[in-house]
Amino acid sequence: MLDATTHRFDRLPDAPGVGYKPQHFSDILDQPGPVAWLEIHAENYMGDGGRPLAQLRHLAERFAISVHGVGLSIGGEGPLDNDHLARLKHLLGWLQPASFSEHLAWSTHGSHFLNDLLPLPYTNRTLARVCAHIDQVQDTVGHRMLLENPSTYLSFSETDVAEVDFLAEIARRTGCGLLLDVNNVFVSATNQQTDAKSYIDAFPLAHVGEIHLGGHDEDADETGAPLLIDSHGREVVDPVWALYEHTIARGGPKPTLIEWDNDVPDWPVLRAEAARAAPILQAALA
Amino acid sequence: MTGGQSDFAQALLDPAAPTPAGLTNPDGAPATRRFNVYRNNVAASLTEALETAFPAIRKLIGEENFKAIAGVYLRKHPPSSPLMMFYGADMPGFLAGFEPLQHLAYLPDVARLELALRRAYHAEDASPLPPQVFETLPADRLMGARVGFAPAVQLVRSRYPVHGIWSYNMEDGAPKPAPRGENVLVSRPDYDPVLTTLAPGGGTFLAALLQGQRFAAALDATTAQVPDFDLTGTLGALFASAAIIRLDEDTTP
Repeated sequence: MLDATTHRFDRLPDAPGVGYKPQHFSDILDQPGPVAWLEIHAENYMGDGGRPLAQLRHLAERFAISVHGVGLSIGGEGPLDNDHLARLKHLLGWLQPASFSEHLAWSTHGSHFLNDLLPLPYTNRTLARVCAHIDQVQDTVGHRMLLENPSTYLSFSETDVAEVDFLAEIARRTGCGLLLDVNNVFVSATNQQTDAKSYIDAFPLAHVGEIHLGGHDEDADETGAPLLIDSHGREVVDPVWALYEHTIARGGPKPTLIEWDNDVPDWPVLRAEAARAAPILQAALA
Repeated sequence: MTGGQSDFAQALLDPAAPTPAGLTNPDGAPATRRFNVYRNNVAASLTEALETAFPAIRKLIGEENFKAIAGVYLRKHPPSSPLMMFYGADMPGFLAGFEPLQHLAYLPDVARLELALRRAYHAEDASPLPPQVFETLPADRLMGARVGFAPAVQLVRSRYPVHGIWSYNMEDGAPKPAPRGENVLVSRPDYDPVLTTLAPGGGTFLAALLQGQRFAAALDATTAQVPDFDLTGTLGALFASAAIIRLDEDTTP
């Protein structure tokens, strides 16, 4: 079942992709432009049938698909949800996507799913727990996963490992790859008052199988310090594009996704945003 | 274990709870405003999921009222699974017990209808049985058979004109709902769920068939209540909405 030779897309191309929205279905097929692959949220395709699965089957004939989970709660203190793991295994089994990724975050506590990517402290204890969860996921679904760096708004006084070191050690111990969200780097660095470029320079880019770019909103905390919110509701800002160019120059071309999940624009606007990544990737390939 | 994610999760859902200890701003001070970003994200994303699930309820009570009710609901009934497409299953019972909305007694049934539509949308695909199979089957064999329904098929029975209320709020130019009870068949011929209000007795008939009763038993139960039950029209509605996928002529009792 995991025989990649029977599948047309066994990896994401080093080209622009977009987060798939059902309202773009026909436009994507008619005028994909430079968009060479699509990402779906795993949880939206865990129904039993109907239009979502029919559209996905159709798109998977034409485009490499990345399955991006938002519900596994890999950073959770409790055990992983076995029912959810089974649903994920089923989806990855029939779809045979080119990539599967999840988040360094938690979203489930006890029996409650909180529908947000919540932060965790970085310590040796949480490192061991996250690695155990990733081992369990990869063993169960039979697919290597990429783990995404989060957008964070606050710090834990308990944290004693830097996020980059935490992610690098996870990749080393579990064999998972990493998904580098450059907007998240920018958001977190601004919020934590650290340097985004230094984060990229310290990041183990050889493990990166995919890059995310998205828009954020600007706010401030009670002291007036800038507080950026990872909203995925607008264009990628120029400083994030600059950080992306720096990343590609350092790490080489990578599959690059535009995430636009709220106030989703018409297809030409989203396609044009994705097209901005194309020359940067081409320059790195040359 | 105290603290950690228990405190974090509890404070997310309780706006009155203090910011959990150990969360800090870059200057080391407690991260109150920053923690509220997560609080807002959780409430906003769950409210949005409920707005997607219950567009007719939202129309009926207005956007602001719906947001207020969603805020109460999401704290009383947080999701128990990451599948947001099925979030809101407790809404009918919640609305039935929600004091400020007691004067809108039909709301729980409209919520049940909206949940049924959502389940139908995501139900497993199925191939309908051609009506000819029914027409060519001898009457005695038909009477002894059980009917297999497409996974999307559901029956919503209401003392209120639940289909009429839904249409009036969701479809341009739909007539005002007539004051009556309605039994509504929810089905999905291709990818879009359809609603069909059944003729009098149709609710009893379909409920019996869905329970797995034989055709004859379902018909007897129905005509006992509605002597002039329109069987032909009801079967026509079932076929028109691609509801029937199988006839089981097994011999078990």
